[in-house]
Amino acid sequence: MSNNEGVIYRISGPVVTATGIDARMYEVVRVGHEKLMGEVIEIHGEQSVIQVYEDTSGIRPGEPVLSTGQTLSVQLGPGLLTSIYDGIQRPLQTLEEVMGVFITRGVDADGLDLEKKWDFVATASAGDEVVGGQIIGTVQETETITHKIMVPPKSSGTIKSIDSGEFTVTETVCTLDDGTEIQMMQEWPVRHPRPYTQKYAPDTPLVTGMRILDFLFPLAKGGAAGIPGPFGSGKTVTQQSLAKYSDAQLVVYIGCGERGNEMTEVLDEFPGLIDPNTGKPLMNRTVMIANTSNMPVAAREASVYTGITIAEYFRDQGYDVALMADSTSRWAEAMREISSRLEEMPGEEGYPAYLSSRLAEFYERAGRVETLNGDDGSVTVIGAVSPPGGDISEPVSQGTLRIVKVFWGLDAGLARKRHFPAINWLNSYSLYPQSLNQWFRDNIASDFPEVRTEISALLKVEAELQEIVQLVGSDALPIDQQLTLEVARMIREYFLQQNGFDPVDAYSGVEQQYAMAKAILTFQDEAKKAMAAGARLQDVVNVPARTELMRARFAEGYLESIGGLVDDMVGEITGTVEAN
Amino acid sequence: MTSKEYKTITDIKGPLVFLEKTEPVAYGEIVTIRLSDGSMKNGQVLDTSDDAVIVQVFEGTEAIDRQAGVKFLGDVFKLPVSRDLVGRILDGAGRPRDGGPDIVAEEKADIIGAAINPYSRQSPHDFIQTGVSAIDCCTTLVRGQKLPIFSASGLPHNDIALQIARQAKLKDSDEEFIVVFCAMGITAEEYNFFRTDLERTGALENAVLFVNLADDPAVERLITPRLALTAAEYLAFEHDYHVLVIYTDMTNYCDSLRQIGAAREEVPGRRGYPGYMYTDLAMLYERAGIVKGKKGSITQFPILTMPGDDITHPIPDLSGYITEGQIVISRELHQAGIYPPINVLPSLSRLMGGCIGEKTTRDDHKKVSDQMYAAYAEGRELRGLVAIVGEDALNERDLQLLKFSDIFEDKFLRQDRDEDRTIDETLDLCWNLMSSIDEKYLVRLDRELIDKYGQHTE
Repeated sequence: MSNNEGVIYRISGPVVTATGIDARMYEVVRVGHEKLMGEVIEIHGEQSVIQVYEDTSGIRPGEPVLSTGQTLSVQLGPGLLTSIYDGIQRPLQTLEEVMGVFITRGVDADGLDLEKKWDFVATASAGDEVVGGQIIGTVQETETITHKIMVPPKSSGTIKSIDSGEFTVTETVCTLDDGTEIQMMQEWPVRHPRPYTQKYAPDTPLVTGMRILDFLFPLAKGGAAGIPGPFGSGKTVTQQSLAKYSDAQLVVYIGCGERGNEMTEVLDEFPGLIDPNTGKPLMNRTVMIANTSNMPVAAREASVYTGITIAEYFRDQGYDVALMADSTSRWAEAMREISSRLEEMPGEEGYPAYLSSRLAEFYERAGRVETLNGDDGSVTVIGAVSPPGGDISEPVSQGTLRIVKVFWGLDAGLARKRHFPAINWLNSYSLYPQSLNQWFRDNIASDFPEVRTEISALLKVEAELQEIVQLVGSDALPIDQQLTLEVARMIREYFLQQNGFDPVDAYSGVEQQYAMAKAILTFQDEAKKAMAAGARLQDVVNVPARTELMRARFAEGYLESIGGLVDDMVGEITGTVEAN
Repeated sequence: MTSKEYKTITDIKGPLVFLEKTEPVAYGEIVTIRLSDGSMKNGQVLDTSDDAVIVQVFEGTEAIDRQAGVKFLGDVFKLPVSRDLVGRILDGAGRPRDGGPDIVAEEKADIIGAAINPYSRQSPHDFIQTGVSAIDCCTTLVRGQKLPIFSASGLPHNDIALQIARQAKLKDSDEEFIVVFCAMGITAEEYNFFRTDLERTGALENAVLFVNLADDPAVERLITPRLALTAAEYLAFEHDYHVLVIYTDMTNYCDSLRQIGAAREEVPGRRGYPGYMYTDLAMLYERAGIVKGKKGSITQFPILTMPGDDITHPIPDLSGYITEGQIVISRELHQAGIYPPINVLPSLSRLMGGCIGEKTTRDDHKKVSDQMYAAYAEGRELRGLVAIVGEDALNERDLQLLKFSDIFEDKFLRQDRDEDRTIDETLDLCWNLMSSIDEKYLVRLDRELIDKYGQHTE
């Protein structure tokens, strides 16, 4: 006989110990008279150790603890998109209505609006055999996204009845012959990955519109990337750019333990932004989770799971979903904080010994899969890491790098030179080019991989030459190497640097990226030719048309104008031979 | 509720007192301890269970013995707040220090402070002109921002903080800030410096001071900033004031946090600081901002001294991850006799992007700032090269940038302690200084701006 009511024995910050309940691990419990939400994270004989998602000040030993029999779950169904949640899927808007501008405690809120009626269109019919994950109907949730209603993963059978019409998410829309009733809303425990049939190898890039990422270090749809960087190196700006411009069909953005004002900026800015891929408001495809650094630490720990479960749910509908987690270090710190309250034996730097396995489990929930209904969907995970002092030898960075296939290393030195995005091209890497090359050849240009190789080779040569320059000055180099330095400077200033705040420059299509890379190589070839014919390096470098070519990227329609600008540049470079 | 006095102290260790067998005591509850000589101390419950309670004593545990009487007051720590706080000087625990009467509470506010719902915040976008060129141009301060000064011992961070407090205003407005000043473990001399300056300029009438000095109890420092922020929130969100909170020195605060952690035998994180220091600091820094539907705002200006000038030390490091940028004071510039010695290269204002431009400052601000910064960064780098190879090895472009870095420090950074430059003056100065560099090397400026503001002579 299990007992579902007990009492508090001890309180230490967010960790509460209760006696008298027979709880299961990760079961959700309600703590104290105010019924604060918590989760069982350890069991010692009679005592259950609970992490509480709200502030515990003023709670006393002896107050009641109720077990709910549920594990921490999210509500999945129409109404997720455009929502803004805290770490445990309470809509921030509802919280404001109930508690005012400050987040107090003891308020429970549904993740989905249970009153709202949605227009359900049945796509299956009575008599159809259905299995878990199969789509039985649709709801046009936002202008751009059709929400597909699926049979819950564990149900199957023959449809007895199904109706189109206006329903709330909790009303039954479909009944199976075994009596199972299917509603539009499903619940799913956040710490369990949702099932799929099989994982595929990624073969399509996630186009982000950021030149250094797409061109040099591409990420595949269904892949995982880590962005470590010290503070001030542009992690958040990079993550936000990705959320705005990447060509995923849906975006889940988790602000995990980050700044309140920054989250607000996102919340203010996103509704006004237009998705460059569909021309519709970006918010239509976005779900946001905002658990700022001063909100309860246990909810911060849960926020990444809440986010990835929502991402998986849309993946199961056949969508390409991108998930940004900013920052996974704050998540790891939440684990550390709770682990230390539990007096667990610490691993490296006080982090719990299970840190790397938790990180691995999380990133492993990324992937391109065959869904249960035979469709193709993906979750791409991009995790920001905030290493103390920018030193990536620390456990969170290392744990992340062991799993992800793409590493975008942010560099404080570059940020200090106002080189943005401050991604270091020498130590960043992507393991996807091999699997993506075919896509680039088919869709952009047949020599795309070769152009990429040439550009990155130039950057490597530059790094070597810079070492010599540091010792002897650039004038001491032979003239062809001086030209290489100029070409590399052009790559850095014209190609790699991108102004995330400039309306035009913030997004570069892959075709434009290719055209710009080709323009740089054209400059190199023409300059070599001209100099062989007697032109001076200074004259070649300073032709006004080259400056124009570089400046014009801030103007609309650059992809159309670039050809003409390159021709002008070639003309002027040829002219420098005669001037001599 | 419980007014019973317990005499069940079992252990006393560092700032902590351990008791056994009490009535159920709430987590965070306030405690008074009566010593055998009749004097009183205050504390707060850090850990509570059916069998034992741990109390953190603010005034230190000196002279407490096992016979001391402990009373639980049935409530968490609250500050009596009122409009009358303005103009007062209080100690680190919120008691009058200026000889004035007790604060008559209009209400009592929980000092922990709840988190502002991110959905209810309003994005800060009002430009604050500090009159300091390096800040206004390169690391623009925004109303509702938290922008710390990263300094180190022996540097003039206090002068800079005071200059900002004196000069800060919205562009073209005389609206003043209420200053909430929070001293944590600073010396009496530093405190006098602040107080005298605030008195001299008449700012004291519009200020609230919370003062915990170096010889005051270290544990008290953990509540001092919370009191200051509670007062600030009350003034900003109940009385519509724009509040500027200056707190110094965060390093002392963090050391107190470490002291408590060590006494509780917690597993230490980096350099012995507790693993929850990030969350703890966030609960202070995040109490800056503007909320929808309220007229007031809280802008924070924390000062911290970096131990060993090391920006990767956990205190500046964790702060930098929470605050919206930082202003870094440089010893090298200070030694070169430049005031204010602000190193703009590692300095940053994250909210700057949204608050500068045609409508608020000037259309050229962003690009001028980028260009000044880039040219200075490159110029500084070239100094290292010149030290090895000499100026002769530089090409024309590099030579110009090298010279520019000196001009930048001498003309742009350097200003008097009471020199209040408007943003227009600052930006015009930038164009003037940039005229020493050939136009073709100013790649971050576009044609129209150069035509409009450029001071290059043909």
